Amino acid sequence: MNLRQFIFPAFFLIFIGLSWLYEFAAGIQIGVNFWMFFSEMILFLPLMFILIGLFDVWVPRERIEKHISAEAGWKGTGLVILLAMLQAGPLYGAFPFAYLLWKKGCSIRNIFIYLGAYSTIKIPMLTFEIGFLGLKFSLLRTLISLPLFIAIGYLMEGYLAGKKFEVKQP
Amino acid sequence: MVVLSMLTVASVLVSFFFNRQKTWVGIKRGLGMFIKLLPILLLMLALVSLVLFFIPNEMLVRYLGEGSGIAGWSLAAFFGSVSLIPGFIAFPLSNVLVKSGVAYSTIAVFITTLMMVGIITLPLEARFFGLKTSVVRNLLSMAAALLAGLLMSFFL
Repeated sequence: MNLRQFIFPAFFLIFIGLSWLYEFAAGIQIGVNFWMFFSEMILFLPLMFILIGLFDVWVPRERIEKHISAEAGWKGTGLVILLAMLQAGPLYGAFPFAYLLWKKGCSIRNIFIYLGAYSTIKIPMLTFEIGFLGLKFSLLRTLISLPLFIAIGYLMEGYLAGKKFEVKQP
Repeated sequence: MVVLSMLTVASVLVSFFFNRQKTWVGIKRGLGMFIKLLPILLLMLALVSLVLFFIPNEMLVRYLGEGSGIAGWSLAAFFGSVSLIPGFIAFPLSNVLVKSGVAYSTIAVFITTLMMVGIITLPLEARFFGLKTSVVRNLLSMAAALLAGLLMSFFL
């Protein structure tokens, strides 16, 4: 763990502490704000991460990966969406994987659908979203995003048809 | 909160019943991720408490609250598109912002653009797909994100 990351939070806490000591009103108010946010998250987050950790060890991603290339059409689309949902990480982490899918013979449409699903409906992310913004918000966003990124897949396929498109390994 | 605690306890118990070792690995992995995230989370919360102190709630509500309309959305879409915040930070942040008076629909635009559009990562994306294709994908995603935000505002 990188200790330098704690420099700013440490200064912040010292500042709050001094504010209490010298009754500096603004500092105390900022401290109260911070505590309000922090106390909730410190209870919330470890529970969520335990869930995500368990999810990570139990979900057999490799099994789905094996089927990806062989399947075309709707079944292939379903598989790439499922695979994307089971992953975690930022969008740029999906690019190398898109390259792998391309190598395996995945269609252009499904590659972009994979990117869409990866960016919007990863399950570990959804647990966070539900926890912090509510089930209704999360469900709505998922249901609305799904047709949109499938449409993007079709649009990209149409746009790239006839062009010499390939996913490159940088 | 209660639901989450019960869900976690139940999952741990079920998992423990089937495979002890896997359960330990899972818990350790999860808590490891949490500890890795902790400094960034502390930083984010500290910054947000500072910023929210200097930006009065009325101002936040005026520019990003209910009825802030196109202006609020444009701001949310801009920040969502250019920033590179992991979801593990973005959702707690959104929660704090909602509590401070930012509208759910504004948050929806922020979250969808944050997830789907990556202007900072465009050069990286271009190395895999080519620049033109990446720009087209980001533009389409931007449109989709705005549309998703608009649709969500009808329901929230």
